[in-house]
Amino acid sequence: MPGDASQEKPVAAKPRLTREQIAQRAARELTDGAYVNLGWGIPNLIAEYLPKGITVHFHSENGILGMGPRAKPGQEDFDQVDAMKVPVTLIPGASFFHQADAHLMTRGGHLDVAVLGGFQVSEKGDLANWKIPGAKGSGGIGGAMDIAAGAKTLIVCMEHTTKDGAPKIVKQCTYPLTGLACVDVIVTDLAVIDVKPEGLVLREVAPGWTAEEVQKATGAPLIAKSRVAEITFV
Amino acid sequence: MKQKVYPSLDAAVADVPDGARIMFGGFGGAGFPNNLIQALARKGTKNITAISNNCGTREGELGLMFKNNQVKHVIASFPGPHANHFQDRYAAKEVTLELVPQGILCERMRAAAAGLTGFYTTVGVGTEVAGGKEERVIGGDRCILEMPIHADYAFIKAQKADELGNLTYRLAARNFNPIMAMAAKTTIVEAEEIVPVGSIDPENVITPAIFVHRIVQAKGLRYAG
Repeated sequence: MPGDASQEKPVAAKPRLTREQIAQRAARELTDGAYVNLGWGIPNLIAEYLPKGITVHFHSENGILGMGPRAKPGQEDFDQVDAMKVPVTLIPGASFFHQADAHLMTRGGHLDVAVLGGFQVSEKGDLANWKIPGAKGSGGIGGAMDIAAGAKTLIVCMEHTTKDGAPKIVKQCTYPLTGLACVDVIVTDLAVIDVKPEGLVLREVAPGWTAEEVQKATGAPLIAKSRVAEITFV
Repeated sequence: MKQKVYPSLDAAVADVPDGARIMFGGFGGAGFPNNLIQALARKGTKNITAISNNCGTREGELGLMFKNNQVKHVIASFPGPHANHFQDRYAAKEVTLELVPQGILCERMRAAAAGLTGFYTTVGVGTEVAGGKEERVIGGDRCILEMPIHADYAFIKAQKADELGNLTYRLAARNFNPIMAMAAKTTIVEAEEIVPVGSIDPENVITPAIFVHRIVQAKGLRYAG
């Protein structure tokens, strides 16, 4: 929607959500009693921003249910680490199990929500999040493919565009895929988007952004109501 | 009673031949059989196929095996950010890698343990890991056929073993260890503590002794980072 450029702030200069704010917004998608797996990157920040008064049971692929906050310095136990090797605490009711059962939970549809980082998400909800083409080294999949295939609800948290400004939400992923049609919700520094059978539905935009501006930064068509709500922070 | 307790780490790995397929437990710095890995480095076994979640932390864990060029092929899910010895060998084409989704790695080993000859899964459909694998539709879902992963040996880190080979693990150091212990032909365990038969409550046994062939006492080693 071309506007009068002289009256608009250039899109690139408008403030976007910080990584912490993306995590904070994504945290509001979690409900009391949910069993949740958080991936590397922005998703890992979500535990800090849980809505007050709810209990979420955090799952780790190495065999923990009921992770609490990170262990304080001096109180770390390195046999009790999360998937990023960080020593964690447990909440009452926590349990340990082996890796096969941990992924039985991810793959078997036992987790209510999983939140992963992403390099690209397609308009059909395909996810690419494990390898950048041309990057040095072997790459690594870890638990992402099992998690993507099995979570009841998969949320992807990522920046809306690459450092060069290229859209990360695209018609078709060009990066190596993690899973097909697996993403349900995308939370970025510009928007909250639902992946629906009819397409990508723009649910919220970052404060100060219009639906048209978010569309310009997106590589696939967005379906927007006439008035799209702004993301708010309490 | 058949003697499963070995007098030393070196004795426990003395017969591991060149070309052996070996599973190594451990995840995130916890539950790695680091003493057995060091013994295997001393022995100098070559052309190993290593099956493990990752590929070492600098010189620690499996890193030592790559530093010494003892491994020719790896089956892993996530080589890891500090697997520099592996990455160097990989870049030099001295080692090949099969990347496997982590839960599928578990289930392929469990299939081997359970006498199953393969299984279908939706995990990895349409991705690089589906390459060359049979695909079919089951219940409306695209699936790929995954085959068991067998091994000659499993190297396991336990907290406690009784002299019969019943095992317990500590906290999240359990991770891959119980699965690998079941999947290999010969399972070699380093345990922090070896206790008399009957001193682990049967209700608390995590790996039953039937899966364990050799036990050696060793104080756990951990690598930072």
